[in-house]
Amino acid sequence: MTTAANPTHTGSAAAAESWIRMYRQMVAIRLFEEQVNELYTRALMPGLAHLYVGEEAVAVGVCEALQPTDYITSTHRGHGHCLAKGASPDRMFAELLGKEAGYCRGKGGSMHIADPATGNLGANAIVCGSAGIATGAAFSAQRLGNQRVAVCFFGEGALGQGVLYEVMNLAALYKLPVIYVCENNLYTEYTHYTETTAGDILQRATAFGVRAESVDGQDVRAVHAVAARLIESARRGEGPAFLLCNTYRYTGHHVGDISREYYRTKQEELLWKTERDPIKNFGAWLIEQNLADAAVLERMHAEIKLEMEKAVEFALASPYPGVEQVGEDVYA
Amino acid sequence: MPDAAPRELTFAQAIREALAEEMRRDSRVCIMGEDVAEAGTPFKVLSGLVEEFGKERVLDTPISEAGFTGLAVGAAMTGLRPVVDIMFGDFITLTMDQMVNQAAKVHYMSGGTWKVPMVMRTTLGATRRSAAQHSQSLHAWFCHVPGLKVVLPSTPYDAKGLLKAAIRDENPVVFFEDKMMYKQKGPVPAEEYTIPLGLADVKRAGSDITLVATSSMVQVALGAADLLDQAGISAEVVDPRTAWPLDEHTLIESAKKTSRVIVMDEGYERYGVTAEIASVIAAGAFYDLDAPVKRMGAMHVPIPFSPPLEDVTVPTEQTVFEAARALCGRS
Repeated sequence: MTTAANPTHTGSAAAAESWIRMYRQMVAIRLFEEQVNELYTRALMPGLAHLYVGEEAVAVGVCEALQPTDYITSTHRGHGHCLAKGASPDRMFAELLGKEAGYCRGKGGSMHIADPATGNLGANAIVCGSAGIATGAAFSAQRLGNQRVAVCFFGEGALGQGVLYEVMNLAALYKLPVIYVCENNLYTEYTHYTETTAGDILQRATAFGVRAESVDGQDVRAVHAVAARLIESARRGEGPAFLLCNTYRYTGHHVGDISREYYRTKQEELLWKTERDPIKNFGAWLIEQNLADAAVLERMHAEIKLEMEKAVEFALASPYPGVEQVGEDVYA
Repeated sequence: MPDAAPRELTFAQAIREALAEEMRRDSRVCIMGEDVAEAGTPFKVLSGLVEEFGKERVLDTPISEAGFTGLAVGAAMTGLRPVVDIMFGDFITLTMDQMVNQAAKVHYMSGGTWKVPMVMRTTLGATRRSAAQHSQSLHAWFCHVPGLKVVLPSTPYDAKGLLKAAIRDENPVVFFEDKMMYKQKGPVPAEEYTIPLGLADVKRAGSDITLVATSSMVQVALGAADLLDQAGISAEVVDPRTAWPLDEHTLIESAKKTSRVIVMDEGYERYGVTAEIASVIAAGAFYDLDAPVKRMGAMHVPIPFSPPLEDVTVPTEQTVFEAARALCGRS
């Protein structure tokens, strides 16, 4: 099914541009996270780092279907969502390092990137913590009549939180323009989701009359197609939707989660990385469609790598906030 | 010609008038909660608002305190000014993640970029024979959290002016109403006014002892002050009106003047509002005090149902009178 608002299905120049933008964005997220891993393992980054590597197609496919003024909420594994919604890597890295130039002036860190300029209501370190916020943003959009849509990204671990069902009920009752995007990366921290999740996931949404679909979260074209359809339908006032994206977390729950054999095999990881990598597969498709050639994509990787290195340099060279700022912004 | 008698409203009417005025003034203000529309809440505080403002702005929600409070946080961040109604203060437990981890922290965590201008209205107070899950005064929980403001009105006049200020505030504000006070009348001028958050009010001037009292305890303190007056002791009653921000200056100055202080609040005494205020006074007026600051709050038990049991769990005019007399060395 196609919609007018989805240029990627029209075969036009705009569609080609959109595919290339999505590819670029996925590579940017991958290379951003590689730098995070590097910073963390070199002990240059304080705190925790939850990498989005492997899940890039979800954030990119969904955010490509959003307008700049639309809202997102994100999670502790949020770098991908923030970048896909338009955050710039230099201020992201600065925030990750606790520097004043960061999006939150160093007060939020990796798990709390927020940016009004790109409609990012904030990453959230409480699992399912932003479901209410995203639903409320959709409520505002409806009441103010500004045609905006809110997307709530969350992992399948959030399916265990009751508040998700409270707000889905509210969103269905009031027909709010909100899309609940569940990223099922199979592991709720260190536990396979089947050990914690009873019944059928989609039925949890359809029970409220919320339209629910699932998609291959490693296929950015598929994610984008279904997201665009659900988003535009919500924008038209047809109410909320639930999108289950089946994906995979390449690395551990956080960067320090190295010994993972007790909850998943190396063969499983290898299979996803080699057979189902969203960037590799999408790159092959672009080449096959004559939308790019291998040299162009390689050059793009090199450019982005350089951009990320510069962004890291910027962040490393940036000053920490002065300690006098500790008491600022407790109250508005 | 003498002035006309001042207009009197009940506490509930004052709340309703504040909401109506702010909703007329600002189309972004909306109310959400359980049975807030046609029912006007079980306490009938909101009666008539849905008729004037419609169901779009006076929104009946499911019994999902966490859900609609979370929705309000997001709505506040994105251009509305929601006033959430939590029917009984005991139910704030269900909203804690939304208030403590979300609303209170959004502004700070985002480096001052997002704001959460919302109000949560809820109730406190025992002696309504409602037992342990409908009688608690849990406002101290919110006072503990940076990023929240906590309002404790004690008169119809204060309730109206403070609620209007709370709605206009750019921060999440929790507004506690004593449900036993809804029918109490008091003067409320028809003219527009607001009361800034963080400004205490001396409800009665006195010279021998200061009774610091919040919310439901203000009337108790004033009654005790009458009894003390008959016993030849002049009591000053100071109402902080907001537990945070706290008007430390007024509290300390009163303590310096009288040299003896009882702090009373219907929350639990242990680790409660009385502890914070007593500490502020002890530190700020140490050299002027003639006795240790005494605290009186709810007894440290779940509120019992049986009337004779419930009645002894909270300070009364008589117990405050006796404590004050003892503190003044007149027992």
